[in-house]
Amino acid sequence: MGFFIEATIGGLMSGMLYALVALGFVLIFKASGVFNFAQGAMVLFAALAMARFAEWIPLYSGIDNKIVVNVLAFGAAMLVMIASAWLIERLVLGKLVNQEGITLLMATLGITYFLDGFGQTVFGSDIYKIDVGMPKDPIFLFENLFQGGVLVGQEDLVAAGVAAALVGMLAAFFQYTGTGRALRAVADDHQAAQSIGIPLNRIWVIVWAVAGFVALVAGIIWGSKLGVQFSLSLVALKALPVVILGGLTSVPGAILGGLIIGVGEKLSEVYIGPMLGGGIEIWFAYVLALIFLLVRPQGLFGEKIIDRV
Amino acid sequence: MLYRENGQFKTTYRADQQIFPIAQDRYLILALVAFAFLVVPFAASEYLFRAILIPFLILSLAAIGLNILVGYCGQISLGTGGFMAVGAYMAYNFLVRIEGMPLVPAILLGGLCATVVGVLFGIPSLRIKGMYLAVATLAAQFFTDWAFLRVKWFTNDSSSGSVSVSGLSMLGWTIDTPTEKYLFCLGFVVVFALLAKNLVRSHIGREWMAIRDMDVAASVIGIRPVYAKLTAFAVSSFIVGVAGALWGFVYLGSWEPAAFSIDRSFQLLFMVIIGGLGSIMGSFFGAAFIVILPILLDQLPGWLGIPLDTALTAHLTFMIFGALIVFFLIVEPHGLARLWTVGKEKLRLWPFPH
Repeated sequence: MGFFIEATIGGLMSGMLYALVALGFVLIFKASGVFNFAQGAMVLFAALAMARFAEWIPLYSGIDNKIVVNVLAFGAAMLVMIASAWLIERLVLGKLVNQEGITLLMATLGITYFLDGFGQTVFGSDIYKIDVGMPKDPIFLFENLFQGGVLVGQEDLVAAGVAAALVGMLAAFFQYTGTGRALRAVADDHQAAQSIGIPLNRIWVIVWAVAGFVALVAGIIWGSKLGVQFSLSLVALKALPVVILGGLTSVPGAILGGLIIGVGEKLSEVYIGPMLGGGIEIWFAYVLALIFLLVRPQGLFGEKIIDRV
Repeated sequence: MLYRENGQFKTTYRADQQIFPIAQDRYLILALVAFAFLVVPFAASEYLFRAILIPFLILSLAAIGLNILVGYCGQISLGTGGFMAVGAYMAYNFLVRIEGMPLVPAILLGGLCATVVGVLFGIPSLRIKGMYLAVATLAAQFFTDWAFLRVKWFTNDSSSGSVSVSGLSMLGWTIDTPTEKYLFCLGFVVVFALLAKNLVRSHIGREWMAIRDMDVAASVIGIRPVYAKLTAFAVSSFIVGVAGALWGFVYLGSWEPAAFSIDRSFQLLFMVIIGGLGSIMGSFFGAAFIVILPILLDQLPGWLGIPLDTALTAHLTFMIFGALIVFFLIVEPHGLARLWTVGKEKLRLWPFPH
């Protein structure tokens, strides 16, 4: 029983991290109808920027207070992400308005290639460390309930906490600020939003910047867990089943989807994996999402897709 | 064009419904095929065969297969690499496990296995649509990646996990030099391109296009979505599977599942989109573009005499490749095939445009 709970909690933790990446997909899809394949590349790019700025700032300015350096690096990386959001809107998406979904998808794949290449050209392609002082040691929980308790990584706990806080922040931003309301209006109906004077282009820049912010946070958490390297951009592939399971247009869906996928993946790895020879978690997530989709084609919380002739 | 259809009067339906209704087009295509079969084998260098022509031919075959699914039937698939892998590995198994199995039937049987897998993963398309389907097809990609890596039966229990094929021969003809490999692939490509072209302008091709344009409306006028979508998946994955078998057997010789990874799927999708959705000719344009561009970008610094280290070149290649793709999508979202038609229309009136 203790083992089962340990696996489940581990799954929930990693699910939270998937949800963090999935959130970026959902934000952009909601606001602009673009399925942003570049989210993974953005995570890598942001993490690279963060890691390198944290390295360069003490080198050139002589500041060596760790907190100050990290905050400065975070700010600098965020600026980079905002600049790239603006450039992407200006140079790519602004020119592809009214194109079909698949063309936009391929354009974001192009952006993926560009960002991967650009990030590694500018920031280097070694493995870098991000050290924001996350506690690394695992701790035991529920020791009085089970024999031996349940082993949980503190790092995972912090990450899950950050993810939850981020989701709360985003929800508040969407719900209570004027910009958030404009974003929701655009998500509902582009044309109607435009007709009452909401500037679409600016909204898109904001959405991409917010997605960049989410990518940055995800990049920092993943990066300090795994190290900043090229494989970080593959995190997107982990987040895709989460997105479709939760529904492409739903923020709570991304969270719940992340948790379901995280737990499903972990439990399948533990209980079914050995029967099939291991390593099944990568396709298991997709098959799980596929099964959910067969029942609800729009994902758990996605908008119902209504076809009219 | 420099020529027009003037004076070519059609007196039968047959004549009116040919693939190329204008005589000059017909002769040009025949000349092109003859050139590819008769002149290129003698004229091209070994490097050209190995690095450009053979991959170009095989990938354009795969692109034709994918174009049937994405361009004609409108079902976005990101699992192409997986279907290619099924074709390659099953063809390998047929060749190795059955004594005296001839090469071509083995490849075709590999394609048939890909068909079965394709239809299986196509079944969700009846309920799931659009981007949801695109992501769901990734299940096929990752599942096949895993299966060929972990299930030892598929790789004939080879210890390294990679399989290899040697001594290709067909009816006593040993295929070992690059020229012979090129001719072998060319034969497949010509036959399948003709087949695909005829399929898409037949009854079933029109059903696919109706489903693509609006599946609800299509089903209202009596097209069965189940039949149309699943046939599209079947035909597409058959061609893709055959291309996969060729890729493994002829181009690579020995391969691992990584040869058919998700990058391959994206590469093929790029070919189809850059070349032009819903165009057989576009598949060739797209394949040429995507095969040649990285090679060019790779060689460019050397030609210009700029010394760059390899890692930097690789990153720059990535960057420029991505940027060019975005550029092409912006300039012509309908692909190179559309540019070709526009060019032809312009030339029709040349030198006296309206």
